[in-house]
Amino acid sequence: MARDTLIGSRIRERRMLAGLRQADLARRAGISASYLNLIEHNRRRIGGKLLVRIAEALEVEPSLLSEGAEAALLARLREAAAVQPGNRAEVDRAEEFAGRFPGWAELLADARRRIDALEDTVETLTDRLAHDPHLAASLHEVLSTVTAIRSTAAILAGTEELEREWQDRFHRNLDEDSRRLAEGAQALVTYLDSAADARRSLTSPQEEIEAFLAARDFHFPELEAAGGEPDALLDPEALTSEAARQIAARLLRRYAQDARAIPLDLAASVVADHGADPAALAEAAGTDLPCAMRRLAALPSALLPAPAGLAICDGAGALTFRKPLDDFPLPRFGGGCALWPLFEALARPGQPVARDLVQAGGEARPVRAYAVAAPARPAAFDGPPLMEAHMLVVPADREEDRARPPLAVGVTCRICPLEGCAARREPSILAAGF
Amino acid sequence: MGKHVLVIEDEPNIVEAIRFILHRDGWRVDTHSDGATALEALRAQRPDVVILDVMLPGRSGFEILRELRSEDGLANLPVLMLTARGQAKDRETAERAGVSRYMTKPFSNAEVLAAVREMAGP
Repeated sequence: MARDTLIGSRIRERRMLAGLRQADLARRAGISASYLNLIEHNRRRIGGKLLVRIAEALEVEPSLLSEGAEAALLARLREAAAVQPGNRAEVDRAEEFAGRFPGWAELLADARRRIDALEDTVETLTDRLAHDPHLAASLHEVLSTVTAIRSTAAILAGTEELEREWQDRFHRNLDEDSRRLAEGAQALVTYLDSAADARRSLTSPQEEIEAFLAARDFHFPELEAAGGEPDALLDPEALTSEAARQIAARLLRRYAQDARAIPLDLAASVVADHGADPAALAEAAGTDLPCAMRRLAALPSALLPAPAGLAICDGAGALTFRKPLDDFPLPRFGGGCALWPLFEALARPGQPVARDLVQAGGEARPVRAYAVAAPARPAAFDGPPLMEAHMLVVPADREEDRARPPLAVGVTCRICPLEGCAARREPSILAAGF
Repeated sequence: MGKHVLVIEDEPNIVEAIRFILHRDGWRVDTHSDGATALEALRAQRPDVVILDVMLPGRSGFEILRELRSEDGLANLPVLMLTARGQAKDRETAERAGVSRYMTKPFSNAEVLAAVREMAGP
């Protein structure tokens, strides 16, 4: 569906912001109130002179109505405002800002993302000794050796009439330990050096992976054919840290497995007949739903009626895979919205959930979400079952397809305007009076 | 005959230095370097004071200390714990486990000697 069908929604939103009634705006624009009503509900296409007249009547740039600002950018701007308490950003005018100064808005959103990544790095580094067993072990070795040297040297220096035999022995120990200390110190420096190097990009592994996957549009032709080598795709320029490469390798190996289970031509023919329907694909290919969902999210955009987003979380609810859509942004850090079917599915493993959703706040189009939770690996007797939930998100803006109005959900609480939400875990900066 | 101290530590040169200074001070010194069998050595030797390292092969000093405190004959044994990790939570762990004295490496010989003398009592 064309983007311009949203113009009506934006006109409606702008009109309400300006405190105008439909009749007032219609009169100013020289059209009937009932015609404006049709436009506002996206039932009539609008463009050209009428758009300009309405924009003038609303005192906004016509481009703000025709293009709007990307929901994803808006979400990032709100996130940026949310994490810095006490700032005076006019959050309610974020769309206007992004519409009028798209370049500045992008810059601000990117700067915030970079700050988040840096903060993440600082936190990791601060807690280094506690979380880096190699470093802790190295330091322990150095301290032990220093202790031995200190004790031995004190004996040699402070003991009167030390027998020759003992003297020799302690000198030997001192020599041995000082050599060990030199080696230990050297190893420590080398380790710290290489660790600093690995972090030179100062972005988090998750971010690198997201950028890496997005740059390829989440599709890897190399892995579609048999014999594709996932590890050969790990571009060290894009994936600078060892952690990022390890996570990416795991994702790509799974991609190759999925591609073997559901060949591209099969996926294409099922999508042509049924649209992006994970159940239809799973049935046709004889796979489980999660595999079909990952496959749909990895199809080239030309094969799909509209791009499909995907979120995967582990049993702890942490997002392990993010493919956001313009109409369904995903949080870069922290938890998602507890209302997502992803978490509903996690609470009922094995039972698929399908729901129509819309991002609270207004700009985004409705989406349909399909979710299911299943064991992440075959269950065994040696530990608790590891669960994993998948949620495929596809645009669903045809009202006639819907049995019920879409459920309003958020990205993450801090930037979610939903009022009176039972799932809220922290206040939103968008809420009135906060 | 001097009092008896058991040094449980796996670093041979530290063991040698401690053994030397305590021996010079009139102590009878035995040593043990394996965490897994440390409790057996303690039960067998019944020393007056124990010097116990945290990072031992086989079993951590914290675990040994906890088990020792729950044993009838060893519950009141003075234990000087040595560690290369001076973090606050390690000290707390040691205190909860019932340590008598706690010393971070690198320590000085005089400190160890003073601590052991004090712990052994008059």
